[in-house]
Amino acid sequence: MVRKLHVQTAINGETVEFLCEPRQSLLEVLRDELHLTGAKEGCNNGNCGACSVILDGRLVNSCLVLGVEIDGKSVETIEGVAEPEKLHPIQDAFLENAALQCGICTPGFIMSAKALLDKNPNPTEHEVRYWLAGNLCRCTGYDKIVRAVLDAASAT
Amino acid sequence: MPTVAIPSLMRNLTDGEDIVSVKGNTLREIINNLENRYPGTKEKLCDGDRIHPSVNVYINGVLTRTAMHDHVDEDAELHFLPAISGG
Amino acid sequence: MSENKEYKVIGTRPIRHDGVDKVTGRAIYGADFQITGLLHGRVLRSPHAHAKIVSIDTSRAEALPGVKGIVTAQDLPAAEDKMADLGEGAVNLKYLCDNILASDKALYKGHAIAAVAATNPHIAGEACTLLDVEYEVLPPVLEVRQAMEPDAPILHDNIRTSSLGETGEKPSNVASHLQHKKGDIEKGFTEADVVIEREFVTGTVHQGYIEPHNATALYNPDGQLTVWCSTQGAFTVREQLAEILQYPISKIKVVPLEIGGGFGGKINVYIKPVAALLAKKTGKPVKVLMNRADVFEGTGPTPASYLTIKIGATNDGKITAAQTSLAFEAGAYPGSPVGAGAMCVFAPYNIENVLIDGYDVVVNKPKTAPYRAPGATNAAFGTETVIDELAETLNMDPLEIRLKNGAKEGDRRADGPVFPRIGFIETIEAAQEHPHYTSSNGKKHHGRGVASGFWFNIGLESSVTISVNPDGTVNLVEGSTDIGGTRASIAMQAAEVLGIPAESVNPTVVDTNSIGYTAVTGGSRTTYATGYAAYEAAQDVVKQMKARAAKLWDVDEDNIQFADGEFSSINGKEEQISFRDLSAKLSQTGGPVVGRATMNPAGAGGAFATHVVDVAVDEETGKVEILRYTATQDAGKAIHPSYVEGQIQGGVVQGIGWALNEEYIYNDEGEMTNASFLDYRMPTCLDLPMIDAVIVEVPNPGHPYGVRGVGEVPIVPPPAAIANAIYDAIGVRMTELPMSPDRILKALGKI
Repeated sequence: MVRKLHVQTAINGETVEFLCEPRQSLLEVLRDELHLTGAKEGCNNGNCGACSVILDGRLVNSCLVLGVEIDGKSVETIEGVAEPEKLHPIQDAFLENAALQCGICTPGFIMSAKALLDKNPNPTEHEVRYWLAGNLCRCTGYDKIVRAVLDAASAT
Repeated sequence: MPTVAIPSLMRNLTDGEDIVSVKGNTLREIINNLENRYPGTKEKLCDGDRIHPSVNVYINGVLTRTAMHDHVDEDAELHFLPAISGG
Repeated sequence: MSENKEYKVIGTRPIRHDGVDKVTGRAIYGADFQITGLLHGRVLRSPHAHAKIVSIDTSRAEALPGVKGIVTAQDLPAAEDKMADLGEGAVNLKYLCDNILASDKALYKGHAIAAVAATNPHIAGEACTLLDVEYEVLPPVLEVRQAMEPDAPILHDNIRTSSLGETGEKPSNVASHLQHKKGDIEKGFTEADVVIEREFVTGTVHQGYIEPHNATALYNPDGQLTVWCSTQGAFTVREQLAEILQYPISKIKVVPLEIGGGFGGKINVYIKPVAALLAKKTGKPVKVLMNRADVFEGTGPTPASYLTIKIGATNDGKITAAQTSLAFEAGAYPGSPVGAGAMCVFAPYNIENVLIDGYDVVVNKPKTAPYRAPGATNAAFGTETVIDELAETLNMDPLEIRLKNGAKEGDRRADGPVFPRIGFIETIEAAQEHPHYTSSNGKKHHGRGVASGFWFNIGLESSVTISVNPDGTVNLVEGSTDIGGTRASIAMQAAEVLGIPAESVNPTVVDTNSIGYTAVTGGSRTTYATGYAAYEAAQDVVKQMKARAAKLWDVDEDNIQFADGEFSSINGKEEQISFRDLSAKLSQTGGPVVGRATMNPAGAGGAFATHVVDVAVDEETGKVEILRYTATQDAGKAIHPSYVEGQIQGGVVQGIGWALNEEYIYNDEGEMTNASFLDYRMPTCLDLPMIDAVIVEVPNPGHPYGVRGVGEVPIVPPPAAIANAIYDAIGVRMTELPMSPDRILKALGKI
């Protein structure tokens, strides 16, 4: 057995401690150790964006980050986006615009969109498309996703 | 009387006829009557006393899972096509 | 039944019922499932495209600490060489089992050979590297024309070409031949003033759902098998498990969790029986997940194909004859969608003389699976390109030639059936009138193309129950897994009947022990057939509630009418009560009300689409850019227009990917060299414009609200429309998919 390492981090504002093997990715840690299954595995090599989370303010594919790397850092996941009784404007916009079909890519898109709007509250359509190009969706053809992000930008 | 569209690969058994009227109130009666008139046809459509799993029955242009004993309307049109499924 | 009326719920755009779970990450998909004591399984796959399996030695893997069980084909019950009826069509049981775990031969790279269960996925993966498999490598057959050659290596010694009952003499890779014939083909071509004949080649493409296949299985000591998974159809999984494992259906429960896309690719089972075998062997729950390479190499893509299309027309544009030969790669085992391709290839046009031949051919690639209107896109690429060339030759507008020949109610398809009321002509007219088509497109290297498409849609079985809550809401229980908003589109049909808001219906998708048989979410059937069952179940509720109102007012049941959510008494007593208020009185009028319906509706109605696309072609790089895209489609009646638009937009973009980038690239050894999302290049949002989805509504007479399935047909026209646009831009006819930059440059003579 590989010896596990102790990691202390902040996830969605809460201090979290866990043990993980050095080979475990952040995605594995979130899903299998912490049971935060909102981040999805679509490819496990950084191509689909379904596992997107925000690490110290920066959008990352959690499958490309090791669990041990987040020691002392702060992670935002889809589970922390809504307030207890109120969805985030991006989440509302996804629902209003029917911007999801199967929904497997939706958490990743919402995290990517949030990272974009946190930096650039008024993106153009091209900026939205450029920023979201790391997230694959196979159901929607992206039309309604792009509209939802533009709507969320104008709502905030 | 129900009409049966004969698949092109079976028309060698029906003297080239492509649509024939066949008596019968159930699928079983229709197929048996077809066999009486054109020997060899039943063997192609059936696996024993059931429709061959690789054959789909269409009634009035619509895929059905009609069993051999199911009633078939007097004015129905039947087609037998290779089994396929959608995505 | 389907005249235009004012609806209260149908045609509105409520928030989908499962929406909040899906935007907050709380929805539980197959891979998210957790259970105490879980082991993790991993499948070892063949590194060779064609090889005899000489031996498998598991001893080194078994010795690895943490390994709890190993299975191979030896653990499957001996499969008979017989046809198993799986509801969605027949499958040879031996082939079905051999595709789960290869017994004697590996028939494609990625073919499952053995599987390991261990205490974590890393150990299971390590153990796979310790499995010693001895192969005798055979030459692979990788392309349909090569496979049809008389001296081609044979995949299966027992396959003889079957041609509706007739069987060939010697082993062949051509598993079956089918034919449709209408009129006199020779006469038809003699009548034509112009005849155009072309050959087309299309590549192997994958559905590309983002969620890999997954399964968690548990055997209880009493023999009860439970499988949690994402699937397009829990009941078809149950049927396949029962056949493959030779296990009674009564002892199998399949629990469908949320599903991350399918498009036809999550009907067939792959790792679900493997998880069950591992669970049986270890006595523990076992979860098996595919990775992305497994999905590309070990699950069914849609076939590569080779087709010839020959169409003749008179000088005034009337098509007199059409002939095709469709050769489809089935993959490792028979069963390509060539039958469906043959049904669709000329279906949009009313042609007097038609000859269609189809060939189902095995090759050393994964066994193909359905993918959105399976077979129709391959076929339409040929037909719609030749029709464009005919229009050009005859100096006709490409939409005019389609209008002139377009199929209408009463026209007979070459495969036999006569069309009921359909909306093909209306989709062409909608395209003609659209500002996209009336705008100019005059820039150099810019081109415009159009194409149409048909998909027949299916009905099949659906079951729904509806129970009434005391607050006037209802719980709707269904067996159709929701891949794209069907909880909403089904609930809305019940709400319309009951005169209550869509939000007052709580739809739940349940397991195979909890609802009547329901066929797959596929074939564009769910909003049509399960929606129809919801409609009938709601009618059953209304009938029972009328009896309660009659009891309440002490009048005869015939004197109760129900309209706009209000029950009222006619003929004498003036009484009125809302659905909601009557719901509160159920306990005092006889107890709970549960409505139910099972359906196998026979009027799916065909779906048609006509697309217009503008492209820019970079003659330096060969890159094709989509500038503008408009898709018109007959939806019959759009229950939730947003999700109808979504189906159209999503189908179009899959079609764009198929047209421009996507294909399995093989080396000479038969290894797929691009089994990742980086190299199998699906469209990203940066590659695309907005997709203008235009819903045309020609109500389907086979459904109470006029619904036609909408999911599949939008993928059919894009490759041909884009090929026609590329021709308009650079004057070169593209006949091979994908039309990737290298093929464009080759066509231009630049490389």
